[in-house]
Amino acid sequence: MYQYDKYDQQMVDTRVAEFRDQVERRLAGELTEDQFKPLRLMNGLYLQLHAYMLRVAIPYGTLNSKQMRMLGHIARKYDRDYGHFTTRQNIQYNWIKLEDAPDILADLASVEMHAIQTSGNCIRNISSDQYAGAAADEIADPRPWAEILRQWSSFHPEFSYLPRKFKIAVIASDDDRAAMRLHDIGIQLVHKDGELGAKFYVGGGMGRTPMIAPEIRDFVPADELISYAEACLRVYNRYGRRDNKYKARIKILVHELGKEEYTRQVEEEFAHMKTLGLNPPVEELARITQYFADPAFDTGASDDLDLSDPDFKLWVDQNTVAHKQPGYAIATISLKPKGGIPGDASSAQIDLMADLAEQYSFDEMRVTHSQNIVLPHVKKSDLYALWQKLDEADLAPANLHLITDSIACPGLDYCSLANARSIPLAQKISERFADLGRQRELGELKLKISGCINACGHHHAGHIGILGVDRKGTENYQLLLGGSAAEDTSLAKITGPGFDEDGVIDAIETVTDLYLKERQEDERFIDTYRRVGMAAFKEAIYG
Amino acid sequence: MKILTGNDLKTGDVTWWTGSDWSRHVEDAVDVGENFEAILHEEEAARRVNVPYAIEAEMTEDGPRPAHIKDRVRALGPTVRPDLTLKPADPEAGNWVI
Repeated sequence: MYQYDKYDQQMVDTRVAEFRDQVERRLAGELTEDQFKPLRLMNGLYLQLHAYMLRVAIPYGTLNSKQMRMLGHIARKYDRDYGHFTTRQNIQYNWIKLEDAPDILADLASVEMHAIQTSGNCIRNISSDQYAGAAADEIADPRPWAEILRQWSSFHPEFSYLPRKFKIAVIASDDDRAAMRLHDIGIQLVHKDGELGAKFYVGGGMGRTPMIAPEIRDFVPADELISYAEACLRVYNRYGRRDNKYKARIKILVHELGKEEYTRQVEEEFAHMKTLGLNPPVEELARITQYFADPAFDTGASDDLDLSDPDFKLWVDQNTVAHKQPGYAIATISLKPKGGIPGDASSAQIDLMADLAEQYSFDEMRVTHSQNIVLPHVKKSDLYALWQKLDEADLAPANLHLITDSIACPGLDYCSLANARSIPLAQKISERFADLGRQRELGELKLKISGCINACGHHHAGHIGILGVDRKGTENYQLLLGGSAAEDTSLAKITGPGFDEDGVIDAIETVTDLYLKERQEDERFIDTYRRVGMAAFKEAIYG
Repeated sequence: MKILTGNDLKTGDVTWWTGSDWSRHVEDAVDVGENFEAILHEEEAARRVNVPYAIEAEMTEDGPRPAHIKDRVRALGPTVRPDLTLKPADPEAGNWVI
């Protein structure tokens, strides 16, 4: 885990003091809402449907038990006893009082956390692979790179007022677990001739105009990675469409210029930067990397596992994956119980997850973009005890990557931008498909639900996606098929006319029935869809 | 009818204009007709409410019912957490939203 140095801590503490003063001035009437709004947004404080909402940054989704307990403390003391883990690997609190916000930020600062750059047209929280540092298939640990990108992008004076918000993901394996190509910049660490470097993908995103980022460079040497990212941002900052909010993301610029012309300009800028003798913060890498050293693994840990308890076996099969260290596993805590709210956790559950991370996972946790929590380093001999404690707290659904492991944005139940509710759909689908045998028969099936076109629920990237829309004052749901956020990234397509809430759930059942009928050998839903095509599914749905 | 709503400056709570003050309950909202701009300016300037605005509503036996579902969700609370709504003891309260 990265630890703040004196500069990090001073910056965050100073920001808390500054915001405390701004809140006091707002409450005293010295600042109007128009003046105050950009200031509170810079500190992650939104005004949503029912109250102020605070979005707290969890850098690349990584946190320790002390930080997790603080998140539980905030939920208990300042909110309504729960928090919502988001598709950006962050956490949101839905019931914050303005007068409490400075104290909350001070509490966060005391455990090296903040809410800076979780809003606004700046570089947002860097996201990464939730299995980083533990995955058996990674070629390097992406976390030091995510951290150096975080430090580079924090308060970057040139990139604090970009044309639009900007999201960067960094991964280090061919399996993409971070939706990398659906970010403004996707960085994949790779080796070339024995040298570490990065592949750059630029111009991806979801929202109202979904695009898959094209590769613009197959190899940037590691020590030039930050400079290359800076060149990408500079071209965007110069030519991004500031005249039209809906065309201001970098994906539009790359699309309008064309990949070749955008890349040419980036390369030109990159060459220019190299003549300036700038020293990018990559020099900090050695210092930063030491914070991400492997924990003290038991090198004699056994891979043997007693799977005689059938429920435990199901959980192990579904929710754990191979670890790079023999005798260990990566375990995912599903925040998708039957009928539950995807991503929500009570303060008691948050505290428990912190305790379990401390006891069983070298004090580490990760938040996933699928709104679950990962314990990255669990000794296999501890898995049964861990599972039992999770099960007692309703934290052991064995449904990772199955249809009930859905992503859902807060939707119209909480969000002022939403047109329709998304959580009730996720709840009803989890009840309709509650039978675990049926879920496992369907296999990997990524269901993603958004309550509006802004696509916080990643519906474009769902094997099955649902988009809630407002149709003459009533909620209506469009069904999409064929998306993927993984290494086989694709964008889902709308099947046809929308449905009411029950209708779209029936339609999902229709398409999953067709999949089971048409499936060949080990095909996943997405594989069958791609082979069979949309027409057969449309025919099944609409006749 | 038109009613006024906004969020409490300090707490962020959803509030409704009663004719003389702000209430947490939409049932207390009054029809302000078309002459509401002055009220909005005066109340926001006095910091009794944050970003107030007028919405369409219809009068029912239970009081004003906002025309748009978004405002009905604001009036009740999140339909997925009945315990956090203004009517936690009423299991049917969510139906009012739909």
